[in-house]
Amino acid sequence: MRRLILFLIVLTVSASVALAAAKLPKWYDRPDTTTPAPQSDIFEYIDVAVLAAAMALAAYLALKRRSRRGLLALTIFSLLYFGFWRGGCVCPVGSIQNVTLGLFDSGYVVPAAIIAFFALPLVFTLFFGRVFCAAVCPLGAIQDVVLVKPLKVPAWLAHALGILPYVYLGLAVLMAATGSAFIICRLDPFVGFFRLVPLGKWGQAIIQDGSWPGWDLGGRFNLLALGACVLLISAFIGRVYCRFVCPYGALLRILSRFSRWRVTITPDECIQCRLCEDACPFGAINKPTRRKNVSRSEGKGRLAALILLLPVMVAVGGWLGGRVSPVLSRRNPTIRLAERIRDEDAGKIKGTTDASEVFRESRRPVAELYEEASGKRGEFLLGARLLGAFIALVVMLKMIRFSIRRRRDDYEADRADCLACGRCFAHCPREQARLKRIRENK
Amino acid sequence: MSEKEKESGLTRRDFIRGGVRGALLAGVGAAAGGLLARSRAGDTVWQIDPEKCIACGNCATYCVLKPSAVKCVHAFDICEYCEKCFGYFDLDAPDVETGAENQLCPTGAIRRRVVHGPQYEYKIDEQLCIGCGKCVAGCGQFGMGALFLQVRHDLCINCNECAIAAACPSDAFRRVPADQPYLLKTKQ
Repeated sequence: MRRLILFLIVLTVSASVALAAAKLPKWYDRPDTTTPAPQSDIFEYIDVAVLAAAMALAAYLALKRRSRRGLLALTIFSLLYFGFWRGGCVCPVGSIQNVTLGLFDSGYVVPAAIIAFFALPLVFTLFFGRVFCAAVCPLGAIQDVVLVKPLKVPAWLAHALGILPYVYLGLAVLMAATGSAFIICRLDPFVGFFRLVPLGKWGQAIIQDGSWPGWDLGGRFNLLALGACVLLISAFIGRVYCRFVCPYGALLRILSRFSRWRVTITPDECIQCRLCEDACPFGAINKPTRRKNVSRSEGKGRLAALILLLPVMVAVGGWLGGRVSPVLSRRNPTIRLAERIRDEDAGKIKGTTDASEVFRESRRPVAELYEEASGKRGEFLLGARLLGAFIALVVMLKMIRFSIRRRRDDYEADRADCLACGRCFAHCPREQARLKRIRENK
Repeated sequence: MSEKEKESGLTRRDFIRGGVRGALLAGVGAAAGGLLARSRAGDTVWQIDPEKCIACGNCATYCVLKPSAVKCVHAFDICEYCEKCFGYFDLDAPDVETGAENQLCPTGAIRRRVVHGPQYEYKIDEQLCIGCGKCVAGCGQFGMGALFLQVRHDLCINCNECAIAAACPSDAFRRVPADQPYLLKTKQ
């Protein structure tokens, strides 16, 4: 009955409207639909230029000038500019996903600025080490400035947790390559803070009409809470996100091992005074090997066993990855929808979701959806196997590295772990002597 | 570094390192170059395809901004200037006048004013609109579909992954070139 009445209402209204529409008065000026423009693309290129300039400056400050104070100033600038002014988005960490999706999905076009954001820090790392981490990354910067009392993480724990970034990287690549989700962006712990104090928005509003738009409490609560926890931890365990979570850091660690130049603790030579031993809050200083003239043949058996075990473990990892692939694949919207429709049709679950209703109204054949979903499942199976194999490879290579005995005579910054923050410089007496010479020459 | 290595200048390890560095540089360059070859100069922004949108209400709740950067917009050339607008009035509205109890919009963001005779103009006050899409659903169901949701780019901060897009049940969100940032409805 109600429906009939509604139908009649609609009929009469549309009929009367059709008559009325023709008679809109001549003096009436029909308004246009407004379309406020997005922020100009120029800002994207300014960001790329600032990124390159900041990394060049960081490289100069860390490698040539050896100035911790300069690096700290640059850290604060980066935090303000990339973090609070530009809102922390897009960042090189997240750009991994754009690049991955661009490589796997030819329909997705990556903007040039995002490609630059992805590639520039990698190239800089190949030449100067992790200068991007040192003072340019806003995520690193926000942790760096809250570090009050660094506690030492035991080496075994640090090495074990050091696997996590590779796992995260692999998962993020899998999710982006299958077009499922950008998990790095969803789990970014700091972007909520950057949006809390949107300097850019405030700046624009103040320049435009002198008003202050107020605080933006829009950041989702769970992300802010996660960020607060990470920040609290990083007050005591320096840069906990960078060291044990950051997937871009995992890439930079690999590249940093092959860098052309790198940060050194001492400006000239190490005198093994041990003063820098505890200087690094991130545990990135390697001590000299305890015994001189360690023979390389020691532990040869273990090394051989590990190398023989490597292909076996990689195969096991791949198999395990295949086993967890159904769980992972549920993150994909197509697969989720297909499972939902299947369960609804089988009567396993009552009711519908918005997505399943849309699908049913579209009158698309169910078989077509199932086919698409099974194609995606295939992608996930392959991807999860590769992911499992990759994680196993990372773990095994780490163990192999422990078994290779290298002689080290001096205190050195670890090539992969060193974030080039420059905190160790002041601990070195040779550095103090160098600074004294500079002062006297003036 | 042993004495012998120091004398010879280039150590074996340095040589390997240099080789790998060159290979990695080439790799990064190839990937970046390959993507750049088919990249677009400008940025992309998020937008809602009004033909796909089902006005489910996720836009109001999932945006990282509060209120949402999605607002209702009005295609005036489609609008029929109805006296009883189904985007404006609740179906169970006791009366056809502007009292809050008659309105569909939870924030009273639609301004109704008479144009001529039984013709009324409806304008969205974007300061009040929260992008819930209630009016969009109403107008789409019984009217001409002149009201629809759009991402407003003076507000949108263009997240790398749009939280609403991830939650959209009808796949209506997509990345569009920043120089054509709207997908407007027009008169057919």
